[in-house]
Amino acid sequence: MAHATAEHSHAHEAHESHESLKVLGFWIFIVTDILIFGTLFACYAVLHTHTNGGPGAKELFEMPGVIAETFILLTSSFTSGLAVLAMHKGKVKQLIAWLAVTAVLGAAFIGMELTEFVKLVEEGHKISSNAFLSAFYTLVGTHGLHVSIGLVWMIGLMIQLSRRGVTEVTTRKVTNLSLYWHFLDVIWIFVFTVVYLMGVM
Amino acid sequence: MSQHNTGHEHASGESHGSLKSYVIGFIFSIVLTIIPLVIVMNGLLNKTQTVITIMIMAVLQLIVQLFFFMHIREGEKPRWNVMTLIVGIIIVLTIVGGSIWIMSFNSTVQ
Repeated sequence: MAHATAEHSHAHEAHESHESLKVLGFWIFIVTDILIFGTLFACYAVLHTHTNGGPGAKELFEMPGVIAETFILLTSSFTSGLAVLAMHKGKVKQLIAWLAVTAVLGAAFIGMELTEFVKLVEEGHKISSNAFLSAFYTLVGTHGLHVSIGLVWMIGLMIQLSRRGVTEVTTRKVTNLSLYWHFLDVIWIFVFTVVYLMGVM
Repeated sequence: MSQHNTGHEHASGESHGSLKSYVIGFIFSIVLTIIPLVIVMNGLLNKTQTVITIMIMAVLQLIVQLFFFMHIREGEKPRWNVMTLIVGIIIVLTIVGGSIWIMSFNSTVQ
């Protein structure tokens, strides 16, 4: 009998460490994703002056929208942290509510970014116009794609949480999603600094 | 199950940060975003000073997110996550720094 309980607790422990191993695995994915953004930043840094006679960063970027996007994403990073906090208190409804707030902020960010891109393209500044715009759309667009994927993941996870509640598996998933979201916020800070602030100064 | 939950809560109180640490982190990141914004929009510093200052602010912002939001200090003893991150950052710095270096050399030669 004692043997059986020991074995059970052992299996339980193994399961827990398996979940934390998955968080480490996700962390390694994030680091490889940092490498993707690193190369895109290198591209942008090298090509940002190659405008082929067209307007450069200073003429094209409209800061009010970008500043709003930055604060929206910063706030969403904070609210995803509050979601994790609610999860560790075992409050499922609060957790889902904070995830919903995060998703709405993320959607607002993507909406603003798309509006900015559409406006630029309508003015004739396309991805094919020059090397600067190619590097710009690729870098900022890759970040936007990551945020969009994060949104789909977040909505799926909210549905799963409402059905299964806070389990070991959903805890690991929320932890990973929150890491991913903070990571996207960090990448945006560098996009904001390198592309926009350095562009308009 | 309920016993397990309370145990978990105890552990989380220390390792997953508190509301206070999240709020402090959020305030730090807001301040670290406003400072470079004010410097750039008002042209307070010259070009080199601005670039250095806003890059320092971005790196500080990264550190704030890592410690206050991503809880880099928590986790088991061999900190594989920190080690992977350090390797990643070294590779990124090599790629970005090396690209800028060699391409600016290319343009001075031409």
